[in-house]
Formats: sequence, C-alpha cells, structure tokens
Amino acid sequence: MWKDNLRGIYYIAIKDMKTYYLKPPAVSWGIAFPLAWILAFYLRNPQDFRELVPGLIAMTVLFSTTAAEAVVINFELRLGSLERLLLAPISLSAVLLGKILGGVIFGFMMTAIVTLGTVSVLGLQANAPFLVLIIILSLFAFSSLGALLCVLVKEVFEAQTLLNLPRFVMIFLCGVVYPVSALPPAVKHFAYVLPLTYTVDGVQQSLGSVQSGNIILDIFVLIAFTLVFIFPAIKLLAKKFA
Amino acid sequence: MRPLEQTFEMKQDSANVISVSGLTKYYDGLLAVDGIDFEVKEGEVFGFLGPNGAGKTTTIRMLTGLSQPSAGTAQVLGHDIRTGIVLAKKEFGVVPEVSNLYDELTALENLVFMAQLYGVPSDERVKRTEELLKTFGLFEKKGARFSTLSRGMKRAVTIAAALIHRPKLLFLDEPTVGLDVVNARSLRSLIQKLNHQGVTIFLTTHYLEEADLLCDRIAILVRGQVVALDTSDNLKQLVKSEPACEVRFAPTPEEVISDLEKQRGIHRVESSGANLHLYGESMPSLTEAIFQYASQKGLEIASISSAKPTLEDAFVQITGMSLEAMLVEKGGR
Repeated sequence: MWKDNLRGIYYIAIKDMKTYYLKPPAVSWGIAFPLAWILAFYLRNPQDFRELVPGLIAMTVLFSTTAAEAVVINFELRLGSLERLLLAPISLSAVLLGKILGGVIFGFMMTAIVTLGTVSVLGLQANAPFLVLIIILSLFAFSSLGALLCVLVKEVFEAQTLLNLPRFVMIFLCGVVYPVSALPPAVKHFAYVLPLTYTVDGVQQSLGSVQSGNIILDIFVLIAFTLVFIFPAIKLLAKKFA
Repeated sequence: MRPLEQTFEMKQDSANVISVSGLTKYYDGLLAVDGIDFEVKEGEVFGFLGPNGAGKTTTIRMLTGLSQPSAGTAQVLGHDIRTGIVLAKKEFGVVPEVSNLYDELTALENLVFMAQLYGVPSDERVKRTEELLKTFGLFEKKGARFSTLSRGMKRAVTIAAALIHRPKLLFLDEPTVGLDVVNARSLRSLIQKLNHQGVTIFLTTHYLEEADLLCDRIAILVRGQVVALDTSDNLKQLVKSEPACEVRFAPTPEEVISDLEKQRGIHRVESSGANLHLYGESMPSLTEAIFQYASQKGLEIASISSAKPTLEDAFVQITGMSLEAMLVEKGGR
C-alpha cells in the first residue's frame, strides 16, 4: 500500500512538472519576479547587495513553489482531472502530497539556479548542508501552505488571490528586505509566526550573514509549519469528496 | 466465443462482484440515493437506467470511492467501500461521464501516466498503451495532444485509460452521451466485446435502447430508489397491455384504418409507416379479423407478427414518467 502511494506521489509530481510547472508562466513567476524585485533594490544600493542575497533566495523559494499551485489543484478540481487521480489505487493524501512535491521539485530547480548564481558570482561562503536543508524544508512548508490555501476555495482566481496575501505580507515582514529586528515590536511578533522569517534566518546563517540566530530552531519550526499546513489541507480536500 | 446458453448459465451461477445494501446519500440535507439494494454478478452487463438526477452518478461515485455513503454498506470485488476501496481500485476501472484526461498530454502520454499510477510494470506500459490505442483505432493519433482529439476519440482514450490495468470490473457512466450515432454504435460494440472477454460492466444510461441492447439486467432508478430490477425481457413482461399485432398489406388501401376498426375483434388501429398496429380482445380474434379482411378485399398480407411491449413501455408503466420527460432532462435524443 505504501509503495503504491509513494509511486503515485512521484508520478503525479512528475506529471505536474511536465504539464504545468515547466511552462513559461510558472517559470517567469517563480524566478523573474524575485529577480526583478531584488534588481530594484540593487540599483538603489549596490554596496549592500550581499545582504539581500538571503532574501532573494527566500523569495525565490516562496514564489517558485506557489507559482502554479492554483492551477495544479483548483484547475484540476474544476476539470475533474483530480477525480481521475483519486480513482487510482492510491490514497487521497498521496494525491495531495504528489501535488505538493511537484511544487517542491520546481521550487528546488528555480532556487538552485538563483542560489548557485548569486553565491558563485558574489563569492559567498556557504554551509552547504544547512543551506540545502533549510531550502528543502522551506520548499515543503510553502508548497503545503499553497496547497492548503488552494483547497480552501473553488476557483483558480480565488486561489491566486488568496495566495497573494501571505506572499506579499511575508515579503515585507520576514526580513527579506528589512531586518526583522528593525521592525516595531508588535509587527516583529507577527513576523515570528510567519514561515518565511525562518527561511530568511536559516539562509542568512548558512551564508554567514548573521551569527545571532538559531538554525536548529529554524529547521524545527519549518518542519512544524509543513505539518500544520499539510494535515488541514488533506482534511479539507477529503471534505470535498465526502 | 462461448455459446449464448453457456454464457447465461455462467452468469446465473456467478459470484457477486458488487453487493449493495441500504446505500444512502444525502447532499446538503437533500436525499440523492435512498437506501438502495442490488447485486451485480460476475460477467454480466448491469444497467442503471434512470433520468437525470435519479442518483446514478452518485451511486457510481460511492461505489468507486469518490464519495462517502451517508448510510448503508457496499462491497466491490469483495472489498468494503468504506475500508478497502483503495484495494478494490486496483481491480476496477472507471469511465466518468466527462472525458477528464489531460489536455496538455498526448494520447500516449495520458495512457502511460495512468499505467504508472496503477502500477503497471514499466516494461509493459508502452506495449499495453499501444495495444489499446490499436484496439480503439487510435494508434495513428498516439502523438496527438488530448485537447486536439474529437469528442469520440477523447471518449475512446478515456475508456482505454480505464482499461490500462486490465480491470475485472468496468464502471461506465453515461458512456455515449454527446457522441454521434456512429461513435455511439462503435462504443456499444466495444462494450459488448469487453464483456465477452470477461469484464463485468456496470453501466449507467438514460437511453432505453442502449440499456435494452447491452444489459443482462437493468435496475430502474427514480428519485434515488431502485423501482425495478430484472432482465430486459422480464421488465417488458411486467407491462400489462392489450393484445396487439403488427401487419403490412400489399397493397395498402387508403381506407384501411377505418375498415379495420369496423371489424369484430379489433379495438383500434394505428399506422406506423407502411405497418399497421392493431389492438384487440385477443390474438386469435385479431388474426381472424385480419385474415378475413384481407380475403374480403383480395389483399396480400406481406407480414404479420405479434407486437411485444418494449422497454420503453415497461419504463413508462413502472415509473409513471413519460419518456420525453426523461430525455429532455439530459437533452437526449
């Protein structure tokens, strides 16, 4: 049974890569948007660009994983293709995990390009195992968040609108551009309940940008966020087929 | 191919592949399926006949694990639908009413993807896919994207997808809806062929002629309830109608209807093209009256036969619904 589920998760993810992710809209949203955003900051202040690299990597993680999830889940729900997957001898959880894994694989590809590009061009020293671990855990957390928000609604446009809210809130509050420590106390507390804060912190520490954080805490918090997003998402999807 | 008598005997003695007891489904407080009971025997074509909204698709959704029953139990291929549906899915295939494969993938890619999901061994996936595409006459279209195929071709690929893991049981939900006459006919032949190969078929339809042609047994579903379940012939025998026969004279005189209605033993006459439908007290009195009239007028009787009740007559009598009402609801033909 678990073998069937693992096989299903893998093939659904690969199919989604082929049909949705490796297409111009997803690629451009996943990689071009963070690049354009950071370019704007670079042109404003080129001297401090190295400090912006963790934020650039974190933003790529966030936008690439959630780039096509509304299409991958809501569009398929609407067309009935998701029902076709549910008719296969795999569990509903495996179908949703396949969808989440598709976002993770695509996000990893996009983030790898941005990370390798910036780290090598700027000659940054990275703790590679921690950096990869933080990126992978973040990819799972954001892909699960995307899946949860998508199954909350019916239509593709509703899902895209709903996804934009946490994405843009996190850009401003999680240390991508402005350090969390510089935020007003009330906002700072809010930043600590957002997963991107831990991605930025984990990437900063892996690249040696800051020394004060706790990367082990980042790892556990990102795992916790993933679980907190995945389980309700599975419940909500099951409710649609109750 | 096995002889017909042998096939019938085998079906009589076969084990149940589906057993349903008290199956009930509410949607937002509305009763969609109302405590239905039935069995489907191994090797038969079982028809679920009813108008739109009768609960046919809801029943299929429950039996295939896409929806949870509100009450009642069902076993599919020996597996309880509440606890063992994932195992049952390995042995059945489903053709939904809508052809819902992936537009972005080719016919071949869609079928290979289904083979991957169903755990078909990797060295057999392409071989089985190509075999199915050949069976459906779509081998030349294997590289065509699903979105570019005609409606009939999409239907065929969707059925092929349901067969990729060689299921013992095939659920077909309104398989010919939206197909032209040629495609519908070829699909019906294919269903018969699959059944002859040993696949048990569970078919929902609102086309009476389709149910009559294909099904060994038919359950008539109205407002969520099974109101009749039997073979097509037995359902027709439930119809209480006055004796009738169909006759064609050569030549047919202009005043034939009024003349015949004056004959003793004939109650009324209806024309249907060159044929006449005569209704009377009994078959002997009808035939006597017909031969007497032909002799009086010097007419030749080109054909004569007893007119049997149709499945349509049975449906109308059992459900109290008009056939038109049933077809109009689905925009049927």
